[in-house]
Amino acid sequence: MTEPYAAPLDSLTRLRGIRGAMVVAAQDGLVVAESLMGGVKGTALAAMAANLAARVTELSVRAAVGGPRFVHLQAQDGSLLVAPAAEDLLLVAVAGRDVPLGLIRLEMLRLAERLA
Amino acid sequence: MRAIEPWVLAPLRAFVEDSSARLALLMTTSGQVVAQHGFTGALDLMAAAALGTGIIASSGELALQMDWTPFRTVAHQGQRQSHFLGWFDTPHGRWVALVVFGGETKLGLVQVYFDQLVIELLAAAPPEPVQKQEVLAADFERELNASLRALFGR
Repeated sequence: MTEPYAAPLDSLTRLRGIRGAMVVAAQDGLVVAESLMGGVKGTALAAMAANLAARVTELSVRAAVGGPRFVHLQAQDGSLLVAPAAEDLLLVAVAGRDVPLGLIRLEMLRLAERLA
Repeated sequence: MRAIEPWVLAPLRAFVEDSSARLALLMTTSGQVVAQHGFTGALDLMAAAALGTGIIASSGELALQMDWTPFRTVAHQGQRQSHFLGWFDTPHGRWVALVVFGGETKLGLVQVYFDQLVIELLAAAPPEPVQKQEVLAADFERELNASLRALFGR
């Protein structure tokens, strides 16, 4: 794992229900660092999370509410969570069902600030 | 979208739709165009094919010189649009894909769907063709004209 991002990703993946976490380059959707459980395909997830974040940013800017601070996509079996970090980085996490989403959200926002 | 090999069309169409690529070009390593999407002029197409295969060849040679594993993909990122080049082996020899994309998509997405394209092309590819024993000038001209008609409808 890329050294500067090892500690933040470790602290995130230690939370209950987190299946994986990644730092992603927002501009190109490539993985910068990852800590994923088996079965989660990092390259595809990074690319799609970055694309989703770009679309959400476009939407929220058009709605005149500024860029997103946090994106939460709730699916049937879990959630995809994205927190924009430094100018060109995204902190991405995949969580299962029935997880402490509030705690995960707080932790991601805290880590995203540290990455910035 | 046009292709010399009709079985290439469905996978390439899916790739272009999924990746939001602006231009896509499939060619052999010698620069012979197999399929294209988005190119309107024969000259642009042939130049892109020649330059794309040239880049793959030179980056492969660079890897060889440095004793590295050859690069499977090469990406050039620009401000308004970017280029992605990748090669893969088919029963018909090594092919190269050149993809031009803009801000509406991401390099990571193009890479992900390129991997999918390769899987789909390999699944759709007919068995290895029988090699011709001799290449005649008349055959070459006929095949060239047929290729241009297939790619540009002329």
